[in-house]
This record gives sequence, C-alpha cells and structure tokens, in this order.
Amino acid sequence: MIKKFRGMWKRFLNNLFGKKKQIKLGLYGPPNGGKTTLANKICVDWLGEEMGSVSNIPHETREVQVKEQIKIKSGNKELAFNLVHTPGIATKIDYEEFMKEGMKEKEAKIRAKEATKGVIDSIKWLDDMDTVVVVIDSTIDPYSQVNITIIGNLEARKIPVLIVANKVDLKKSNIKKVQAAFPQYKVIGISAKFGKNIDQFYKELFKLTNQ
Amino acid sequence: MLTLQFIPYHEIQDLDSSKRIQKIMKAVKMNKIVLMEGRLKTHEEAQLIRKTMEEISDEFKGIELSVIDNSSKDVKFIRKLKDIFVNMLLGERHGLTIIGPAKIVKEIKQDPDKIQLLTEDIKSSKKRN
Repeated sequence: MIKKFRGMWKRFLNNLFGKKKQIKLGLYGPPNGGKTTLANKICVDWLGEEMGSVSNIPHETREVQVKEQIKIKSGNKELAFNLVHTPGIATKIDYEEFMKEGMKEKEAKIRAKEATKGVIDSIKWLDDMDTVVVVIDSTIDPYSQVNITIIGNLEARKIPVLIVANKVDLKKSNIKKVQAAFPQYKVIGISAKFGKNIDQFYKELFKLTNQ
Repeated sequence: MLTLQFIPYHEIQDLDSSKRIQKIMKAVKMNKIVLMEGRLKTHEEAQLIRKTMEEISDEFKGIELSVIDNSSKDVKFIRKLKDIFVNMLLGERHGLTIIGPAKIVKEIKQDPDKIQLLTEDIKSSKKRN
C-alpha cells in the first residue's frame, strides 16, 4: 500500500514539476505472449540491436532487462523512454514441464527457480512503471486471471495501459475476444515477429504517453 | 478425492492482507480447492502470486486462480454507485474466488458467466472435467 502510494506520489510530482526525463515503459504479460519478440522489434527498429533471446520454452526471460534511451519517431514527434522488459507472470511453475522440452532435471530445476524469482521481480517493478504495454497471445483465451491481475494492478496504480494482442499472423488469432475481455482499454493487434501493424503500435505509444 | 474448502467472507473480512493470503495458502498447500466468497483486492492478488512463487518447490508447483465477478459489468451508473457504497460498508463480498493447487487443478477456463475446472487426480492422473 505504501509502495503504491509512493509510486503514485512520484508520478504526480514528476508531472507537476516536469522533471520526468525518461519514461519507463514496461512490457508485461504472461509467459510466451511475445514480450521478447516485441522488445527485440523495438530495439532493432530504433537501436539496431536485439534485447534478448526468444524461445518456445516458457520463462526464457527470467530477469528484468532495461534498455535505456530508446527514441522513437512518428512524423515530427519524438518519444524517448527506457524499455523495461519483464519476465512473464505466472501462477505456477513446474520444472517437469521444462524436462518435457528436453532439459535435464538439474537444468530444469534451476530454470524453475530462476523463473519464480523473475515473476517476483516483475511484480516488484510494477510500482516503478510510468506506462505499460501488456502483451497477450491473441491465439489463446484472454480471460486468464494473470491478465486480469496485471491489468487490475496497473489500473489501481493509475498507470496508462495499452494492450497488445500479439501473433495476429496466426490463424487462431482472435483480437475481438481480447477486446471483449478488456473493453475499457485500447487493444491493438500486431505480429511482433513479422512487424505487422507495428507502425500503428508506435503511434499508439505516443498517444499513451501523451506526446 | 477432491476436497473443496469454502471460506465465507466473514472469515476473512477482519484479516489483514498477509493473513488472508496465509489462510488461502495453508488450505491450498493441503491440496484443497478453496472457494472464497468475494474477491481479494487487486494488490492482494499480486501478493498471492508473489507468495506462491516464494513457496514453489518440487512438491508445490503453484496455483490456479480464477474470479467470477459480474457485479459491475453492463449495469447502470446508479447500480454501480450502489455497489460501491455497499462495498464500502460491507467489503468486497460479491463474486467468488476459486484457488486450487496446480498439481490438482490443471486449468480453470473462464468465460464471463461460467467456470470450468479441469482437474487431475493425483493417484490415477486421470483427467476429469
């Protein structure tokens, strides 16, 4: 509660005195939604280098990663931010699931341990965000409690949210279902992998940050 | 055999956040599926996920969590106002929260109006719906 209040107070002061130099833009969501692919797309587009490695095995990102000083442009506008790429938030982590992907027991257990720490860190970082993009896999059911909890916590902290329905290149993608699940938020369908609708995504970032 | 534990709102209304979470975790770690009247506050839900992650071990794989709460959807402004007022007086007692251990509850499918629990028997590992 105190942390939440401190975060809101910090944002209020920053807005009041215009001291905000760099916006912290967080990428949040459940594992395997495509956060890393989107982070890489942003970094390649504007910095010319990738941010992290992508994998089909869940919890590939197990540490919070920050890329500073990303500047994106749209027309004559420029938006500068620090990109905070967070590990996927989950309510369960089973090392045996990693073993099914071909990992040895020891390696799977280490990955599970690191993944639990990653989830804890992602939740801790919520208080430091100025703006958040929630990345959801549009091919799966959006009515998950993880999605609802993440968005509910951002709403409680008065942090602006953009929902990205990722993987629209896949047949099973259903943006309408994501929109129906979160009708009070702007939902934009993209394919981070193939760059589909990515220009629209950048435009929405400007709107989200009031730039 | 599945054990369901019902937690009525009056059992948690006077508890602080950490005690509420402790109570839920204790039941879930005993392989019970908790049906809680009302819902946790949003920061408590995040805290529950954090606590779950801290407790994960070879035996305890985490939780499945779902909330049914349609009280504020598609209702008129006056009704919403009434709900807010009632919540202030009586607490967040509308809705139902379901929390189960991940090794028993494989998945909770949630549509706005219905919930499906896909469970797995520990002994037989036979899926049921």
